[in-house]
Amino acid sequence: MPKGILGRKVGMTRLFDEHGHTVPVTVVQAGPCVVVQRRTREKDGYEAIQLGLGEQSEHRVSKPLKGHFAKAKVKPAQVLREIRVEDSSAYEVGQTISADIFQPGDIVCVTGTSKGKGFAGGIKRHGFRRGPMAHGSKYHRAPGSLQSRDAARVFKGRKLPGHMGAERVTVRGLTVVGVDPERNLLLIKGAVPGPRGGLVVVRDQAGARRKKV
Amino acid sequence: MDVMKVVEGRQMKERVPEFRPGDTVRVNFKVVEGGRERVQPFEGIVIRRKGGGLSETFTVRRVTYGVGVERTFPVHSPRLESVTVLRRGDVRQSRLYYLRRRVGKAARVKEKRKK
Repeated sequence: MPKGILGRKVGMTRLFDEHGHTVPVTVVQAGPCVVVQRRTREKDGYEAIQLGLGEQSEHRVSKPLKGHFAKAKVKPAQVLREIRVEDSSAYEVGQTISADIFQPGDIVCVTGTSKGKGFAGGIKRHGFRRGPMAHGSKYHRAPGSLQSRDAARVFKGRKLPGHMGAERVTVRGLTVVGVDPERNLLLIKGAVPGPRGGLVVVRDQAGARRKKV
Repeated sequence: MDVMKVVEGRQMKERVPEFRPGDTVRVNFKVVEGGRERVQPFEGIVIRRKGGGLSETFTVRRVTYGVGVERTFPVHSPRLESVTVLRRGDVRQSRLYYLRRRVGKAARVKEKRKK
């Protein structure tokens, strides 16, 4: 059964495992989430559940959304995200999903919005090599030749400087090293996209692969 | 960042030995050797303490057989058994990287005088 939860990145630290080795860990405040809506194959063409995270004060919620929340009989949430599941009838609208759906040792995928880097050059953005910074060289960090002379044009998709980061990134195959059901914390080994406080979606591997039906 | 403190707090040592850069210390560190655990002492001068919370580490430098050896230990590692201060050093920097460029007599650290 694919499963997933919404959360916010709290920060990174390191922990010691049973051998005393250091493990890099990202702390994610995961949930509690409420199921706001069920997407079914008959009605929507696919199976998913819509989860809400956090609480939003009444006056910040638009009228259409108010109705949406009222229909589910839940409090207005700050963010709504859908998570694909195989069979949404396994969930009920209004049901709470908390961090304890995961156990230590689970392999998960984490999706978030990466930190924005602004307009970045080819070296930072694509790993180009730079030229000598001195010894009379004037070729420092420029992208260099763009194409062969025969083509007489630049092919589409040419790697060039441009906007970097602030995009949706999924990191796969991360291990859950700890779960705190009381505080709704997930401890995930390794780095997770986005800044502290950023929204992340934690799914198990099957949920992230998302089979086409 | 209160949540971070909770997460880290579970593994933090309640009593951390008190030492500063410049101190000469003996570090008793547990190593697993051929399936057996034993304590390996390492003696030298603390040249830095780095980081905070659970991630805090310190680096000890010593010169053996003319070769400088530096080892970095996590302060809160469960494998760190104890740190005993052999000598208090009187230094003005918090990072004693200048010791790396010095050999022999020049690489000494003044002892702190008791007031």
